[in-house]
Amino acid sequence: MANTKTPQPGLAKRESAPADPDLWIRMYQQMVQIRLFEEQVNDLYKTARMPGLAHLYSGEEAVAVGVCNALRRDDYITSTHRGHGHCLAKGASLDRMFAELLGKAPGYCRGKGGSMHIADQDTGNLGANAIVGGSAGIATGAAMSAKMRGADQVTVCFFGDGALGQGVLYEVMNMASLWKLPVIYVCENNLYNEYTHYTETTAGELTARAKAFGIHAETVDGQDVRGVYEEARQAVNRARQGEGPTFLLCDTYRYYGHHVGDIQRTYYRAKEEEDFWRTERDPIKLLAGWLVEQQVSDTVTLDQMMADVRAEVAAAVEFALAAPFPDVSEVDQHVYA
Amino acid sequence: MATAKEPERNEKKTMRTITYREALREAIAEEMRRDERIYILGEDIAGYGGTYGVTKGLIEEFGEKRVKDTPLAEEVIAGAAIGSALGGLRPIAELMTMNFSLLASDQIINSLAKFRYMFGGQAKLPVVIRMPAGGGAQRGAQHSQMLESLYAHIPGLKLVMPATPYDAKGMLKASLRQDDPILFIEHELLYNVKGEVPDLGVHYTVPLDQGIVRREGKDVTIVTFSRMVHICSQAAEDLAKEGIEAEVIDLRAIRPIDLDLVLDSVRKTNRVVIAEEGWKYYGTGQGIAALIYEYAFDWLDAPIAHVTGKDVPMPYSKVLERAALPGKAEVIAAVKALVPARATAGVGAR
Ligand SMILES: Cc1ncc(C[n+]2csc(CCOP(=O)(O)OP(=O)(O)O)c2C)c(N)n1
Ligand SMILES: [Mg+2]
Repeated sequence: MANTKTPQPGLAKRESAPADPDLWIRMYQQMVQIRLFEEQVNDLYKTARMPGLAHLYSGEEAVAVGVCNALRRDDYITSTHRGHGHCLAKGASLDRMFAELLGKAPGYCRGKGGSMHIADQDTGNLGANAIVGGSAGIATGAAMSAKMRGADQVTVCFFGDGALGQGVLYEVMNMASLWKLPVIYVCENNLYNEYTHYTETTAGELTARAKAFGIHAETVDGQDVRGVYEEARQAVNRARQGEGPTFLLCDTYRYYGHHVGDIQRTYYRAKEEEDFWRTERDPIKLLAGWLVEQQVSDTVTLDQMMADVRAEVAAAVEFALAAPFPDVSEVDQHVYA
Repeated sequence: MATAKEPERNEKKTMRTITYREALREAIAEEMRRDERIYILGEDIAGYGGTYGVTKGLIEEFGEKRVKDTPLAEEVIAGAAIGSALGGLRPIAELMTMNFSLLASDQIINSLAKFRYMFGGQAKLPVVIRMPAGGGAQRGAQHSQMLESLYAHIPGLKLVMPATPYDAKGMLKASLRQDDPILFIEHELLYNVKGEVPDLGVHYTVPLDQGIVRREGKDVTIVTFSRMVHICSQAAEDLAKEGIEAEVIDLRAIRPIDLDLVLDSVRKTNRVVIAEEGWKYYGTGQGIAALIYEYAFDWLDAPIAHVTGKDVPMPYSKVLERAALPGKAEVIAAVKALVPARATAGVGAR
């Protein structure tokens, strides 16, 4: 089905002087890291070294990176089936991520979780949930715990446009608004629930849902990492100051299939649509262009950074490929009843 | 109860080989042609044709009115199916996997299973909820579950779990010709399995309350269902080479259960192995074992053995998943532990 909202190429003008140029550079590196990580994951799948059902985040990097840079390490996130980007942006390391995807012992969950279930509590990542909408209550509860403990931690709940079909989303927004919980609901609208355009499954205006509960709602260009960061920062401030939840709608796009095995896509979305997003709306290119234009950096430096990240990714995947599988006896570990 | 018949000899001539997936699709299409009240709803079932491709092509023949893509909202899928059945339709609800049926379980257990009884017999609920279940494809803990025992516990639900294309088609057609709620549980690793099915145009159904003896044997009875039927049949072939003749019973339906078929076999072999993919404690197999102990205790020469999935959430790593799933080796080991030297010695123990 055709897109109802025509995305515009390039970036909207935005007044955000680089107060801290290092921050933009770091965001650039993180987005590149996620992009190259996912390319490697796709390659591992295609060469039959990893099983299917990995859902790649490529194209959506600015959302996780913009949001997570507005958070402290001790703030919480919950993630989804499409969660690699969230984990990396919150501070997970490449080698242990790869190890988890390959089911190896040094993986974040010792190989028990896999691509759809990475948790890293040291960086505040409470865990990815592969049930659509499955994190909504959990994120809300984590926010409640911070409030009850008198801590100023904020919780971000990432979910896709598809989760808007689940009733639990509306139940948690009601509760979070009533109790003024420090939670940010980040809806990653990549236009599709699997193979169906979101307009065929989602009635009405998206942010109106949150507003109906008295929740502050914003829509942001999810390909503009500076814009995402700015909106997330304001939401985090509100949450820390006890002003309650925010709903942040990020318009974005996934470059690959719903999962790595979804390669024939033309029957549900046009090649031209994919090409448009990749060439005109790519979050990495857009930030790079801005960095050069503002003379924060130059193409030679940025290319060198990309090459450095590529080397890191290559080393990490090598580590994971060489790592041992967990011992079979671990199958019975972590069971308490 | 008599063993359910495989196709008659004269039917054999007109058999063809199709996949489990195709068998299901044919059943749906044939019944939708026959009965206008039947429609199907679920996530990504129309344009995409279903996550496992079962409903491919149905939208072209039956149109959007009868092949409905829904939002991602399992509770509503089940609820809408129930409501539309009360309104006189005959819904087939596809839940993308059994794991997600948990989001629909309130509607299934608190309403679907109860209305007929709770309303003093007033409500007819010809609702068929189809869902794939099971593990073995490294999909992790939330996408690999075999949860039939949760529902098998509930009065008011019928549970059908076919293992072959023949049964998949025949039982789905039978499900759509009766008036009670049915959970039709498929297995994710069965869709590509091929088997013989009567030619198009040859009508048949398979009863929803009869198991079938897949292989006759005198030494031990293996009671199983769904994908484990194939694993147990292979195990039985291997055991036969060592002189142990196992009888393999495919229950085909869990509730109601064809207990007579099981008990008849137990009276013959005096030894039982129950094999299932799901967890051991409070599961389907333990329920069946309790029934055998209750009704055929005196016929048993040994405690019932039980092959199950490991009592853990399904791990992702292939080495761990392999260790968590029951396979042919476990079935063979269980049989050998039950049937000691007698078969190899060629002398009955009794
Ligand atoms: C409760 C539930 N229903 C169905 C699924 C199968 N499923 C996995 S991802 C997905 C689509 C989710 O779409 P969206 O929320 O937009 O996230 P995206 O994949 O686009 O990132 C579906 C239907 C699931 N995991 N959980
Ligand atoms: Mg989406």
